[in-house]
Amino acid sequence: MSQTATRVEGLAKSYRIARALGRQPYRTLQEEVIALPKNLWKRARGRSDTMETFWALEDVSFEVMQGEVVGIIGRNGAGKSTLLKILSRITEPTRGRAEIYGRVGALLEVGTGFHAELTGRENIFLSGAILGMRKSEIARQFDAIVDFAEVEQFIDTPTKRYSSGMYTRLAFAVAAHLEPEILLVDEVLAVGDAAFQKKCLGKMEDVAGEGRTVFFVSHNTQAVRQLCTRGILLEHGRVAADGPTDSALAVYNQRLREMRVDAETGVNNPENRRGTGAIRFTAVSVEGLDGAERYTFEMGDTVRFRLSCKVNAPMRGLVIVVALRSGMSREIVTSARHVVTTALIPQGETATVVIDLPNVYIRPGEYPLYLHASEAIQSPVNYDVLDDLTPPLVIAGSSRAVHDNFDPAKPYGVFSLPSRMAVEEWPATASQQKARVTDHERPQIVR
Amino acid sequence: MTAVRSPTVVIEPTSGWSAINLRELWTYRDLLMILAGRDIKLRYKQTGLGITWVVLQPLVAALIFAVMFGRFAKLPSDGHPYLLFVFSGLVVWNYFAAVLQRAGNSLITDQRLITKVYFPRLAIPLASTFSAMIDLLVSLCVLAVFMISYGISPTWRLLALPFFIALTALTATGVSLWLSALNVKYRDFAHALPFLLQVWMFASPVAYATTLVPEKWRLYYGLNPAVVFIEGARWSVLGTSSITPAMVGITTVLSLAVFVGGAFFFRRVERGFADEV
Repeated sequence: MSQTATRVEGLAKSYRIARALGRQPYRTLQEEVIALPKNLWKRARGRSDTMETFWALEDVSFEVMQGEVVGIIGRNGAGKSTLLKILSRITEPTRGRAEIYGRVGALLEVGTGFHAELTGRENIFLSGAILGMRKSEIARQFDAIVDFAEVEQFIDTPTKRYSSGMYTRLAFAVAAHLEPEILLVDEVLAVGDAAFQKKCLGKMEDVAGEGRTVFFVSHNTQAVRQLCTRGILLEHGRVAADGPTDSALAVYNQRLREMRVDAETGVNNPENRRGTGAIRFTAVSVEGLDGAERYTFEMGDTVRFRLSCKVNAPMRGLVIVVALRSGMSREIVTSARHVVTTALIPQGETATVVIDLPNVYIRPGEYPLYLHASEAIQSPVNYDVLDDLTPPLVIAGSSRAVHDNFDPAKPYGVFSLPSRMAVEEWPATASQQKARVTDHERPQIVR
Repeated sequence: MTAVRSPTVVIEPTSGWSAINLRELWTYRDLLMILAGRDIKLRYKQTGLGITWVVLQPLVAALIFAVMFGRFAKLPSDGHPYLLFVFSGLVVWNYFAAVLQRAGNSLITDQRLITKVYFPRLAIPLASTFSAMIDLLVSLCVLAVFMISYGISPTWRLLALPFFIALTALTATGVSLWLSALNVKYRDFAHALPFLLQVWMFASPVAYATTLVPEKWRLYYGLNPAVVFIEGARWSVLGTSSITPAMVGITTVLSLAVFVGGAFFFRRVERGFADEV
């Protein structure tokens, strides 16, 4: 019989946020003193108009058993990180209760406590102690950490001289050797090179395999699907779905599809939407050749993007880029750049363009979209970026033969480009058999 | 085998005043020492003179005081060589000021830690109390060299020096708990601190002897804890002093009150640090 690892009951967290924009989150003594009579008066009357309450978490309850690997999913601002911060005791809940059974290790960023001036060795001890390890424990794990990070020869070099890859590896290595009973991970896998990410994922799978409990916060559905046995979907600070990973992700994707992107979507979220507002996408839709909006396609289909934008300041031309991200690293795997015009566009104009990606020979999977609109002359200011703010493009397995050389059982790589073969030389031992040449043209041999 | 387990941690909203969780702080003692070690290492990284700065800083200050106040202004030094007189005061005062300076802003400089990982927040300002000890120890060695070169032999009074140093540490930690916690919410304290330290130093017998203060003011003057720990340390080394055992008693109680009050205050506001810093 498995035992409870974490029980959460009615957890809620509110923040008081300043209503006026551009206000500092902290006050000076003078401000406080001047505002004191006014605030007291307002408090006495039970209201305040400079501050308002924002509920990051409204009412969250669940119970997690030992050994479960739980993916906490949801859009930005759904309360995922707040939940993790409460469970790791960084911040206190406003209401509710959480019971934690066992030692908690929290990985909310890579390199917590690292100081660039200190050497690798010093940082291992510093970061380890901050994450909750005893000095003796770190000393015992030291060699394993250095090994895992592959930084042996630089261990006495200040980490400011490390490459970013080395730095990330070392930082993750310390955290990976924390050996907690409950591990809280926040999207730290979104860093480092592909090989290292694989290693990190492997390490996390080991942790889960040892019967320890893992909470993994991410909006990288690919990673959640691979790692987690259970998914909890948060929406506006409440649990919207809780169940096996696949069903929770299905609900998540359904919700994403119901969401419309407009000029305001995500503008407060610099990670996913950037740009000054000189130009803004006002509508994004992905559709098939029949004109019906959909996000799921088969390999070889044509994907049509219908993008509308509004020019809010004069722009020197317009260029639109549509790109697909992929995998744990969310690297851009393909991008299409289209010059709409190089002429000056006056303020207030709107435009709608259609960009087709014919024959998407991409492996089945989820591909977050990266959309970019800017001036024709490369401009550092007049642009708009929608990075993973729309539902991801989903390529499903194909019902028809995509092309001759596609083997759905061997899903390697991102693309499955059509290929052809010609035999140049036939092994003598097999001369009885007739060489089978594909019906493609025999390629020219360049001398 | 359905043994009822009690949770390791219960996370609930807390309110009101609570005491410091000493047991938890003890389990994090390694972190405290490693944080103090980090402070020391970072201070002298990439400096040509390295640890020499620890010796140089109080020495240069003492020389300036000796020339300005001892030679030009001819302030009284209770009959001792002025350089030795001022240095013995500077040793403890510098420690006191260093703890306040480092701890005062410590929660701000370490805000990335506070928002990303849990540990007793008290470890951050406390680390300053320990890291500044190194500078103090080096300064004490320099003081010993001075004493030898001036031909002053230690007496039994030297045994009281650890007590006065502990009193300095207690006062410094108590004040820095208040300062660091208040600074999270009101950054004004970081700006006010240099002035506070300057005024405090001139209100304390670092560069002059207590005998300079008019008799009728002595009682109020003695309420400044710095008067007692500076004069106390000086008495342990040089043997003359104007402080009385009663003053030492009052200061000890006062410092304890500041420390305990600071600890409770810190506890009360630390739960909001991650949201406010």
